[in-house]
Amino acid sequence: MINIDSISPAPNILPTSSHLTRADRWDHFLARVGWKRGEHRVEPGLYALGSPTPDSPVFVTANYTLSFDALRSVLGGVDGYILVLDTQGINVWCAAGKGTFGTDEIVHRVFATGLKNVVRHRKLILPQLGAPGVAAHLVKKQTGFLVEYGPVRAADLPAYLKTHQATAEMRRVRFTLRDRLALIPVEVTQTLLWSALAVLAFYLLGGWFSALAALTVFIAGLVLFPILLPWLPTHDFSAKGFILGVLAALPFTVAAFLGNSSLAWWKQTLLGLQFLLIMPAAVAFLALNFTGSTTFTSRSGVRQEIFRYIPAMAWMGGIGIASTLALMFVR
Amino acid sequence: MFNAYLENTLAYDPALCNGCGMCVNVCPHAVFEMNGRKAVLARPTACMECGACQKNCVTNAIAVESGVGCASAMIRAALRGQKEAECSCG
Repeated sequence: MINIDSISPAPNILPTSSHLTRADRWDHFLARVGWKRGEHRVEPGLYALGSPTPDSPVFVTANYTLSFDALRSVLGGVDGYILVLDTQGINVWCAAGKGTFGTDEIVHRVFATGLKNVVRHRKLILPQLGAPGVAAHLVKKQTGFLVEYGPVRAADLPAYLKTHQATAEMRRVRFTLRDRLALIPVEVTQTLLWSALAVLAFYLLGGWFSALAALTVFIAGLVLFPILLPWLPTHDFSAKGFILGVLAALPFTVAAFLGNSSLAWWKQTLLGLQFLLIMPAAVAFLALNFTGSTTFTSRSGVRQEIFRYIPAMAWMGGIGIASTLALMFVR
Repeated sequence: MFNAYLENTLAYDPALCNGCGMCVNVCPHAVFEMNGRKAVLARPTACMECGACQKNCVTNAIAVESGVGCASAMIRAALRGQKEAECSCG
């Protein structure tokens, strides 16, 4: 009789540790500012952390350095295995949404690494946010391994490992000020080219004052909005963005109105109004685009927002730019 | 007013629930709670349609049209004439 285990590949176990080096931290910094996104990868496979035995726990993660490092760095003093899936350098939650952190990849990786010959137990500890891509019962059926969903955050793992029960708090995803601040660099670098072009275009159209207004839009939409998100009134991102945009536009409106008192009253009013039309529309658009970076917006809700607010943004922006151009000709 | 997130595609049939509690474990927004041996929809409007509960429900008691709640992905898809928005951040 052929023993199925004897024809499985010999386990190739890679070493790792819970210690983060200076090179790791530098890589984290580059990932946070959006440098070469998708290239912060770990080799998929099975890793040994500390001195694991056949009874040591197996943790599953994505092959994104921030995911892998978040996991191993909290496991100081824990002997275990880390099964790194090939998620193409994408974090656990996003990869689960795409399905790359998924049932098929887990099944494939369990067999490819010969995990059954490495551990005696049949249990995998997954991050909770891997669940959108993984059907636990199918993993069990296809590999014999029971999937246990650990906490949302790696930081809660040490507490979780004491009881293997996650508290309600551990199961909730958050979106703290710290989380939102961490997103700002990548939001800014991702739109840097467009922002620079827009600021330049407005400089050519209306001089430094208009360029400053354009710059204010980007600072409001990409920096202030993520920070102020929970405190801006209303629920919709677009409505919050409109409110923030009006606040950002008011100084420009007042300055343009008062600074042009020598002109006819309607020109004076239009000069002021153009900021109040263009800036809130632009900030609202940037705010709406922040939905994808958050941890809680549903597709249904975002679709509703697009239908409800994009027309208003387009009208306001369109009328604002048309009146700006018209004023240039009559001046 | 100004809340586009009151409706979503989450549908749950308690009659099919076997009480395994998996939905409570995987939901990142505490949409489900256990009430005795059945899961109940405790906070349905908090659902972000990630699809984790549906994927892990053995008895198919839960249905949700999962997808990315990302405006830029959806606008990009609309401009390119694609039906399905795909997130393309990384």
